[in-house]
Amino acid sequence: MKECMVRLIYCEMLGYESSFGYIHAIKLAQQGNLLEKRVGYLAVSLFLHENHELLLLLVNTVVKDLQSTNLVEVCMALTIVSQIFPREMIPAVLPLIEDKLQHSKEIIRRKAVQALYKFYVIAPNQVQHIHDKFRKALCDRDAGVMAASLHIYLQMIKENSSGYKDLTGCFVSILKQVVGGKLPIDFNYHSVPAPWLQIQLLRILGLLGKDDPRTSELMYDVLDESLRRAELNHNITYAILFECVQTIYTIYPKSELLEKAAKCIGKFVLSPKINLKYLGLKALTYVIQQDPNLALQHQMTIIECLDHPDPIIKRETLELLYRITNGQNVIVIVQKMLDYLKESREEYTIIKLVGKIAELAEKYAPDNEWFIQTMNAVFSVGGDVMHPDIPNNFLRLLAEGFDDGKEDNQLRIYAVQSYVALLGEEDALYPQKFLQVMSWVLGEYSSLVTDVDPEVILTKLHSLLKRTFVTSETKAWIMAAVTKLASRTSCSKTIDKVIQEFSNSLDTCMRQYAFELKHLCEDKTLMKNLLPFDASCNDMVVDASLSFLDGFVAEGLGRGAAPYKPHHQRQEEKLSREKALNFEPYGLSFVSSVSSSGVTGRQSPTGLSFGSDTSGNSAETGHKETNTLKLEGVRKLWGKEGCWIPGVSGTLSEQSRPNNCYVCVSGGSLLVGQVSDPPALRSDQVASLSEEDKEKQQLASTLFIGLGSNAGVSLMGKADTATQKFKRKSKINETRDGEEASDFQNTAASDFGPLLDTVPTNLEDCEGSIHTRLRKVSLCSSDTVEDNLAFETPQSLKKSGLDDRLSDSGLSRSSLFADSNIEIFQPSPSAQCERASKTPLVPSLPEELEKLTHSEVVELCQSDALALYLCKVWTDDSLLLTVFVSNKTTSALNAVNLMFEEAEPFQILESPTYQFPVIEAQSMEHCQKCVWMDKVCTQGILFGSVNYQSEMETRLEFSITLSLVDFIRPMEMTTEDFGKLWLSLSNDVKQNIKMSSSQDSLSAALNTLHQKLKLSIVDIIGNEGILACQLLPSVPCLLHCRTHSGMLALWFRSPCSALPDGLLYQCQKVMEESS
Amino acid sequence: MIKFFLMVNKQGQTRLSRYYEHVEINKRTMLEAEVVKTCLSRSKDQCSFIEYKDFKLVYRQYAALFIVVGINETENEMAVYELIHNFVEVLDKYFSRVIMFNLDRVHIILDEMVLNGCIVETNRNRILAPLLVLDKVAES
Repeated sequence: MKECMVRLIYCEMLGYESSFGYIHAIKLAQQGNLLEKRVGYLAVSLFLHENHELLLLLVNTVVKDLQSTNLVEVCMALTIVSQIFPREMIPAVLPLIEDKLQHSKEIIRRKAVQALYKFYVIAPNQVQHIHDKFRKALCDRDAGVMAASLHIYLQMIKENSSGYKDLTGCFVSILKQVVGGKLPIDFNYHSVPAPWLQIQLLRILGLLGKDDPRTSELMYDVLDESLRRAELNHNITYAILFECVQTIYTIYPKSELLEKAAKCIGKFVLSPKINLKYLGLKALTYVIQQDPNLALQHQMTIIECLDHPDPIIKRETLELLYRITNGQNVIVIVQKMLDYLKESREEYTIIKLVGKIAELAEKYAPDNEWFIQTMNAVFSVGGDVMHPDIPNNFLRLLAEGFDDGKEDNQLRIYAVQSYVALLGEEDALYPQKFLQVMSWVLGEYSSLVTDVDPEVILTKLHSLLKRTFVTSETKAWIMAAVTKLASRTSCSKTIDKVIQEFSNSLDTCMRQYAFELKHLCEDKTLMKNLLPFDASCNDMVVDASLSFLDGFVAEGLGRGAAPYKPHHQRQEEKLSREKALNFEPYGLSFVSSVSSSGVTGRQSPTGLSFGSDTSGNSAETGHKETNTLKLEGVRKLWGKEGCWIPGVSGTLSEQSRPNNCYVCVSGGSLLVGQVSDPPALRSDQVASLSEEDKEKQQLASTLFIGLGSNAGVSLMGKADTATQKFKRKSKINETRDGEEASDFQNTAASDFGPLLDTVPTNLEDCEGSIHTRLRKVSLCSSDTVEDNLAFETPQSLKKSGLDDRLSDSGLSRSSLFADSNIEIFQPSPSAQCERASKTPLVPSLPEELEKLTHSEVVELCQSDALALYLCKVWTDDSLLLTVFVSNKTTSALNAVNLMFEEAEPFQILESPTYQFPVIEAQSMEHCQKCVWMDKVCTQGILFGSVNYQSEMETRLEFSITLSLVDFIRPMEMTTEDFGKLWLSLSNDVKQNIKMSSSQDSLSAALNTLHQKLKLSIVDIIGNEGILACQLLPSVPCLLHCRTHSGMLALWFRSPCSALPDGLLYQCQKVMEESS
Repeated sequence: MIKFFLMVNKQGQTRLSRYYEHVEINKRTMLEAEVVKTCLSRSKDQCSFIEYKDFKLVYRQYAALFIVVGINETENEMAVYELIHNFVEVLDKYFSRVIMFNLDRVHIILDEMVLNGCIVETNRNRILAPLLVLDKVAES
């Protein structure tokens, strides 16, 4: 049998389906002798996947083997568990595996930890309670067990690094011991002590030290030592060095280490070994944004790599260049990318590269001509495989334009001209997407071009329509273009021809278009109205209520037609007519309601089992309902009335409106001061170089231009990014343009020799290009303009702009702030005793929020100038985070930006940023953000930062831990509704938890859940209770509880699969805490 | 994370395959064929790491046998490159220079080293320990 099984494995490996033998693999694992058993398990792990139904048959065997006295069998069982195991059967083996953690044999303990890792990956909630055992494994006397536990820690730290900062010292000392050679000799690989373990530890340290100076401090020493020890000339030491470098650049920087790491990267990049070169380039790509100087140092190597015969090296180099692209080197870099693109065949590469080129072109295009040419190349090479966003964005850009109408038109005219030329080429084949883009542009804008006869364009489009390679979708685009053109020409032979040809086309779509065109041509005024020029981005007013059909409907009803019923209503009625047996467990006696219940006759196994489970009680439920219903009083806090005064919500949205004004007032002057000479190019060097090298130098100078100015002070980097953002977001800004130009001149003037000939063109383009580069324009609202106005003279105008806005919305904001100011000086007593000693300012909630349930105010972070406090307010429809910013200095702070990082699992309603225009000295301002949880998880961290300008621009980072409970709200419903909803939900989770003596009665337990988790109690009957809650915005979760012999059986149901799991965990936690 | 571990000969026949993420059988053969093609097309002085679709391949050639490992972005290519060599050294030690093709045993060795796409053991003695016990039991 074992031989057969090996052969079966062989068959499967060669690609022959052999599912007939799967069951025999399971049997072999169950019945065979030791070696056969192993092969059986092996076959199972190779054949089956995680959700395979046969896997359930294996559980029993695994449980048996785990209890075996034969260590080999235990080992095998643990191995299979850590490879593949059904999620829902974890509780069956978990206690057994936990026991194995104390086993005397190293291998058993190690494998048990590996199995727990698997459980953590597939069902983290199920192993929540054994985190302290992981810690024990980390401190195990055997290195192998400790190494196994690192996998769990890496995973956990990846998800939430802040929870494990206390272990940093532990990891550091382990790494120190490993590096110091304290492990047994057989852990060595080519005389390097446990290299893979070192790499794992370095990764963990990197995650822990990220953006955290205090934690990073702890690891500088050991990183230095790792760098020093790994000097042996062997591949594996390079692997360690690479990881070290990455860690050093990830954690809070320390200049000495950075220097060493940079040297290391240099060694890699310059190495003749190709694999090392690759690693070097990869490391360089990783660090380039932090340290552009490094790219300058290695620019010649990078140039060489760009022409390397190995396409993989080339590609990695392009990735590196992509990261350092700026307005000045974009032409060269994009050219290199296009060259590579033309050589590559693989679809995946093309899609990726095309996306990057399009992104760079949009962001940094120096002029119209170049932009259109580049996009043409993108469309013709990327063709139909590229991401659909690319053509869409391109068209939107053309349509929306920028502010300067002349500039827009030039771009459009150029596009039209280039497309006319492209279509003029004989026998050229273009991808469908490109043809679609062309036809749209020609249809919309060809009338801008005066020297091309529309007839010529029409003829070209007409000939395209007849080509066979053009798909029907593209034909539809072309037809639309023809129609648009027709509206702008008086009469045309080609149009008549098109109408004639396609009026009897076999393609019904085309025929319809042709007819439409024909009718439109007969009524020119209608046509002009229907197809106005350049109105593609004007909003259309659509009557969504279809009120113009009212007359028609009334007439129909008058003639005796049946009124319209929505789909769900019809469904319900149909079901209620078919009712025969009622399986509904709750509300049995409500005869009047049965007709609308809509669940009758449903015979799904869940419905049945539920019915049988509780049928005895449910009959009672119905009868008792009216007199013994214990509706626990849900606090009115969550009621609709207790929540919002309408005026307040208005103010809120006003406050948190997106603020596009990035502060970079001093950007221009900063740039002037900080342009520094790039170190690499010296005139004497140039003289001694050969012709070929000179070429390379030239290339280098064009590639790395613009990096020099970045290389100055680190502060500079920040100012630069600020201007970048500004460019993309704002629409017009004349002052900015001036600065931009001077910026160009400055960099250009101070740049090195070979570049000088490129400077004039740059300058010429400069004027024209600025607008083109203001591309990713978000449609501007009146605010943005206001902000920009304010920007010109930050102090005075901003205030007036603000006032304008306030008067616009008809709200007196100053009065609102006055409110909060008053409260600041009358702090609530509880907060006072805690904080009064620390800060003169004590945050407290504005009155209207004070009424709602809220958390205590906690400090988020502080610097010399600012302190941030947070208060969570649990409103009805969201979690309201109120952030208080207090200015501790003696002068007012202008433009303090608060920014939240939008990341899973949270969703911030409205904008994630907020700007305080001014915070007076020694005072406090606050802002509010509504947050929802998008993806269910027990706990998540919301990161954010605050920027402000005191002597220099400073950034303070903070994080807020939000738990699932923050987003849970009670859901009021009747028992009857509960029953209905219960049956319609599919995801369920059941679990028994122990009840402690203090909460032995059901109502006590439910009260705990009600108070701590905000679940609303719907009904309690005998030893059963039902509760309901919802995850914001409106995902319901129902809970059915039942007590029996000291246990509380919880049964959750929800339309969201992760929610019951998450809630179950919270319930367990709450019950444990309260006992 | 390691996504798959392949041993393929120069003729393109798969000698061993282990996937750490579920892949359909027909997709496996296609993937393997493509992977072999890419590896064979590369010369000795070219880089041993290849970007392939959304993951990377790390390969090493031993006579007529290619060992190819598919990894994702987070993995250290060089560490995997050396892992392959470690694996071969272990095989070498166990099969005493002749790799008699015992598919099941090679799999057992690999399972000791890599689990769920993680490198779990690299100590040669420890990797072989369970297998040696099995052999001893089988003999007696």
